[in-house]
Amino acid sequence: MKLSGAEIMLECLRQEQVSHIFGYPGGAVLPIYDAIFDCKDIQHVLVRHEQGAAHMADGFARSTGKVGVCLATSGPGATNLVTGIATAYMDSIPMVAITGQVRTAVIGKDAFQEADITGITMPITKHNFLVKRTEDLAEAIAQAFFLARTGRPGPVLVDIPLDVSRNKIEFNAEKDYPRQVFIPSYKPAGPGARVPELQLKKAAQLIAEAKRPVLYVGGGAVLSDAQQEVTELAERTNILTTTTLLGKGAIDETHPLSIGMLGMHGTAYANHAVNESDLLIAVGARFDDRVTGNPDKFATKAKIIHIDIDPAEIGKVIQPDVPIVGDVKTVLRELLKFVEPRDWTPWNDQIVEWKRTFPLIYPRDGKLYAEYAIEQISEVFGEECIMTTDVGQHQMWAAQYFKSRRPYQWVTSGGLGTMGFGLPAAVGAAFANPDKRVICISGDGSFQMMTQELMTATVYGRNVITVVVNNHSLGMVRQWQEMFYSERYSQVDLQASPNFVQLVEAYGGVGFRATTPAEFDEAIRNAKAVTDRPVVIDCVIPTSEKVYPMIPSGQSIAEMMIRQDLEQLKADVHADGAEWSFSKEEEVLKQYVELVQSGKSGTPQ
Amino acid sequence: MAQLQQQHTITVLVENHPGVLARTAGLFARRGFNIESLSVSVTDKPEISRMTIVVGGDHRVLEQITKQLNKLVEVIKVVDYTETAAVEREMALIKVNAEANVRTEIMQIVDIFRGRIIDMSDKTFIIEVTGSTDKLDKITDLLAAYGIRELVRTGVIAMARGAKTANRAGRDVD
Ligand SMILES: Cc1cc2nc3c(=O)[nH]c(=O)nc-3n(C[C@H](O)[C@H](O)[C@H](O)COP(=O)(O)OP(=O)(O)OC[C@H]3O[C@@H](n4cnc5c(N)ncnc54)[C@H](O)[C@@H]3O)c2cc1C
Ligand SMILES: Cc1ncc(C[n+]2csc(CCOP(=O)(O)OP(=O)(O)O)c2C)c(N)n1
Ligand SMILES: [Mg+2]
Repeated sequence: MKLSGAEIMLECLRQEQVSHIFGYPGGAVLPIYDAIFDCKDIQHVLVRHEQGAAHMADGFARSTGKVGVCLATSGPGATNLVTGIATAYMDSIPMVAITGQVRTAVIGKDAFQEADITGITMPITKHNFLVKRTEDLAEAIAQAFFLARTGRPGPVLVDIPLDVSRNKIEFNAEKDYPRQVFIPSYKPAGPGARVPELQLKKAAQLIAEAKRPVLYVGGGAVLSDAQQEVTELAERTNILTTTTLLGKGAIDETHPLSIGMLGMHGTAYANHAVNESDLLIAVGARFDDRVTGNPDKFATKAKIIHIDIDPAEIGKVIQPDVPIVGDVKTVLRELLKFVEPRDWTPWNDQIVEWKRTFPLIYPRDGKLYAEYAIEQISEVFGEECIMTTDVGQHQMWAAQYFKSRRPYQWVTSGGLGTMGFGLPAAVGAAFANPDKRVICISGDGSFQMMTQELMTATVYGRNVITVVVNNHSLGMVRQWQEMFYSERYSQVDLQASPNFVQLVEAYGGVGFRATTPAEFDEAIRNAKAVTDRPVVIDCVIPTSEKVYPMIPSGQSIAEMMIRQDLEQLKADVHADGAEWSFSKEEEVLKQYVELVQSGKSGTPQ
Repeated sequence: MAQLQQQHTITVLVENHPGVLARTAGLFARRGFNIESLSVSVTDKPEISRMTIVVGGDHRVLEQITKQLNKLVEVIKVVDYTETAAVEREMALIKVNAEANVRTEIMQIVDIFRGRIIDMSDKTFIIEVTGSTDKLDKITDLLAAYGIRELVRTGVIAMARGAKTANRAGRDVD
């Protein structure tokens, strides 16, 4: 049968089992939208801004592990995708972006709405294609999906000129869609690839010899869906485990062996542990500067095992003693064949002691704080929810206080740190997970960057709860100005903002405002009852709050700043007799250690 | 970090696709690697192009360059000639002032360097000379005394000595 390029494109997406396209129409994609008009089995989601479409595809991908798809017209449509593509690229997220292009005959002639989007996105895509003939379209799309999801995942862009999507050629998806993609020059290590035994044995030996080991787990373990393997390694060896911002959920953060996030705003105990460790086992993590600070002063006493699927990550920042190139899940399975059980050690007790000395803590003085709000959400929505965030202080509080239980539950822009990501990513996640509640922790600054996507949520009846942590300020920037620029607060004041409650109502959603913990509890209860519309909770907190602990950029743990009122806060909690979160954790931990020591658990025979 | 800045000659085999040069050269700019010279040409196989790139940096920089190049989907193979016996050649065209009174002197220099005079006017010569980068630097220095009007160099191309090849299926040199 003769099909147009546009119809072929949809056939290809079908072959890739695509369920959703997040997109926005325009001249250069008219044939594609004409084909979409008749398409019943793939849902097209009409966004309000193409950047929103890219973040939705990204949120879709991060909350499922599948490839997200977005679509935009040529020129401004395509350039509006750029921030979203770069966001996905920095965090290795599988995504296919499809853009319309001007007719092949006028490419390069400054035609109406022409932008060289393959040129523009060269440095922010894993690969991209400009398809010049309808005959080449299916192959390009097959390669795009293959590249996006294999090896180190990433966004791939396919640019389709108008005539290429309009021309008709003979095409039969069953027969003509390349089922197997072969790109001779592309040979990623994948699941199931052989791992050199020598390296595994060396790693196992280092683990057996180490006195003070720490597991440092990153986004690669999430991308590899390797929670089971990470947990098995941790349990068998009783090695305490810290995750990066993107590794959250690679181990259940309520697991007794989890010590939270490390790095600039990581827990003091995770950072102390890494700093004093004699063996750091990096699993799908890339020694980002927000983790290492000054790399010359990072984990200087430690030998390093580095497991990563991308050979270029090995030795990029830190030279490992044992490099292992491969997929986390596969490598850990193989490694587990050589790793001997280890007992609970005095070193573990030392880390627990640090945890007791430097707990994550905030005032219980009747005021509403972001930490409280996030703790409540973690409590109320628990394992079943998905949390997305924007970028700023609220993101860091969410990272510290939200306990991620599994991969794909935590969705945040780490590498690019894109304000405006949270809401559209939440909408994308909501489409992918209709059975789950999606909560976006946003800031009053970030929220105003992509507010229009509330409309998308309303139109499609998606319940996304956005908690706007409202400090009337670009808080994260303000914090740096306070600390490092002598409190010269330059252009960070957001006193002038819309009324967020009225704003969401104007978009057809529901709004609540909370200024005290009690009001917040009520808002959450009310929000939980809404299931078919977006909800915004304006969560008003003091402007002066700062994120602690903090290791200033490019520095080391010696420069770590902790809350000055830490001792006071700990004393207050004890005096109150109130339940302080660590006491719960401590109980769980104690039971776990007893179990381990009695030989009942942690060490599969 | 006062690390020794070394020069490395690498050969990159790439799929002969439009945009592949931009992709490869762009990588160097983006990641802050220095290109000293770059030459691109066809190979015996029309679907493959060969780039020879001279880069500066210590061995860790070179390792990153090689790994990052290998990540480009269209890069088939990267060969580093630093530690290998390889032939490296470059060609220069030099337009030099050559009034009658200095012509013999210049011709002697050209002779010593096994160059050729390929164009002559009443005031100038164009000299063609092929050799290592060093050799071209030397003759350029010598000719500078007469006044160089224009200079162009091809950039280095390289090939391993002996039977080894950098072909897709060939055995790696490194
Ligand atoms: C305001 C702000 C503050 C921040 N503060 C912190 C902080 O305090 N702490 C922190 O940790 N981060 C922080 N970040 C995030 C930081 O910038 C980085 O994004 C993050 O640390 C990178 O995480 P990662 O090392 O897990 O690498 P990722 O970017 O997740 O990279 C994943 C790695 O795994 C590899 N990989 C991918 N798939 C596989 C596979 N299947 N098998 C094996 N390997 C694979 C990839 O090649 C890559 O090297 C902050 C960000 C912002 C915006
Ligand atoms: C698109 C974009 N522009 C600018 C920045 C720089 N930036 C990082 S955090 C921040 C402030 C964020 O303010 P808000 O969303 O209110 O969060 P808060 O820190 O107050 O919680 C800014 C401007 C960014 N990360 N992204
Ligand atoms: Mg704010």
